[in-house]
Amino acid sequence: MHRSRRSEALELGSLERRLLNDFQHHLPLTPAPYAEIAAQLGTSEEAVLAALQELQGAGAVSRVGAVFRTHRVGASTLAAMAVPPERLEEVAALVSGYDAVNHNYEREHRINLWFVATAADDTQLTQVLNDIEQRSGIAVMALPMLEDFHIDLGFELKWT
Amino acid sequence: MSSATIVPLPDATDRALIVATQAGLPLTPRPYHALAEQIGISAEEVMERLIRMQECGIIRRIGLVPNHYALGYTSNGMTVWDVPDDRIHILGPQLGALSFVSHCYRRPRYLPDWPYNLFAMVHGRSREETDAKVEEIARLLGKDDRGHAVLYSTRILKKTGLRLGTRGD
Repeated sequence: MHRSRRSEALELGSLERRLLNDFQHHLPLTPAPYAEIAAQLGTSEEAVLAALQELQGAGAVSRVGAVFRTHRVGASTLAAMAVPPERLEEVAALVSGYDAVNHNYEREHRINLWFVATAADDTQLTQVLNDIEQRSGIAVMALPMLEDFHIDLGFELKWT
Repeated sequence: MSSATIVPLPDATDRALIVATQAGLPLTPRPYHALAEQIGISAEEVMERLIRMQECGIIRRIGLVPNHYALGYTSNGMTVWDVPDDRIHILGPQLGALSFVSHCYRRPRYLPDWPYNLFAMVHGRSREETDAKVEEIARLLGKDDRGHAVLYSTRILKKTGLRLGTRGD
C-alpha cells in the first residue's frame, strides 16, 4: 500500500547500494546464487544474505525475484474516467471494489481516475468495463497496450 | 520487444513456479532448491525453467525489485505524448531506453478528448526532478512532440499484485 512520503532516500550501506544497483537483473541461476554474488562483490555469502534481509526489512526492496510480463497473462487494460470531483470518492470505491481491478490511482487531470483491469479473456474484461460504466454513469476509456517499447535495464538509482 | 513477438504461455509447472516465486525467492543459501522442494521438481529443472521463461519473455528479469517509493522516488508522473504514428517505431524505443522511464507503451487515442498515443512513466525524487526529465523527453522528441501532458498520481486508491494463483486456468 501507500508508504509515507519521504523526501530523503533511506540510509544504505555500500554493500546494499551495490546490490541494488548491480543486481536488478541477472541474479545468478546457479545452485548458490548469493555466494556467487558475494564472490563478485568480494564479500561473504552471509554478508550478502544479511544485506538482502536488511533491504527487504527496510522496504527498500520489495522482493528478490522474478518480474513477470504481466500483461501477457490473460487480458488486461489501462482504463480511465473523467470523474466530477464531488463524485470521486464514490466512483473510486466502486471501481476498487472489483476483483478485476488491481491498480487504481487518482491523477491530476480532468481525466482523473486511472485503473488497470485484468480478466481471464477479452469478453470478461469488456464486461467489467461496461459494468463500471453502467453503474457509475461515467464513460470508461479503455487504453490497452498496443505495443511495449520498454527496454528493461532495471531502474537506475542515483545516490546523491 | 514489440507486441508482435509471440510469447508462449507458461505450462502448469511454470505457473506453479510463478506462484511459488510471487513473494520472492527465499533468502537462504540454496533458494532454487527450496522452490524445487516446494513444487516437487528438481532444482535443475527450476533453474532451467527460469532461464527458459526469461529467454521467451514471460519473465522480464530476475533480481532485486526496488521499491521506488521507499528509496525516495516519490514523484511519479505518467507522461503522455502525441507523436506521429509513422514515427512511433523510432521514438518509442528511444523513450523506452531512458533510465528514468519504467514503462513505455503505445496506446490508442480517443479523439478529440485524448490525442496521446505514447505513454512513458517517469520517476523522480521531487516534482522538479521529474519535470526536468519530462523536458528532456520533450527535447529528444523535438518537433515530433505535438502535445504532451504529465499526470501525477495524487493518491494510490488500490494496488495489489498479480494474482495468477487465484485464476482458474
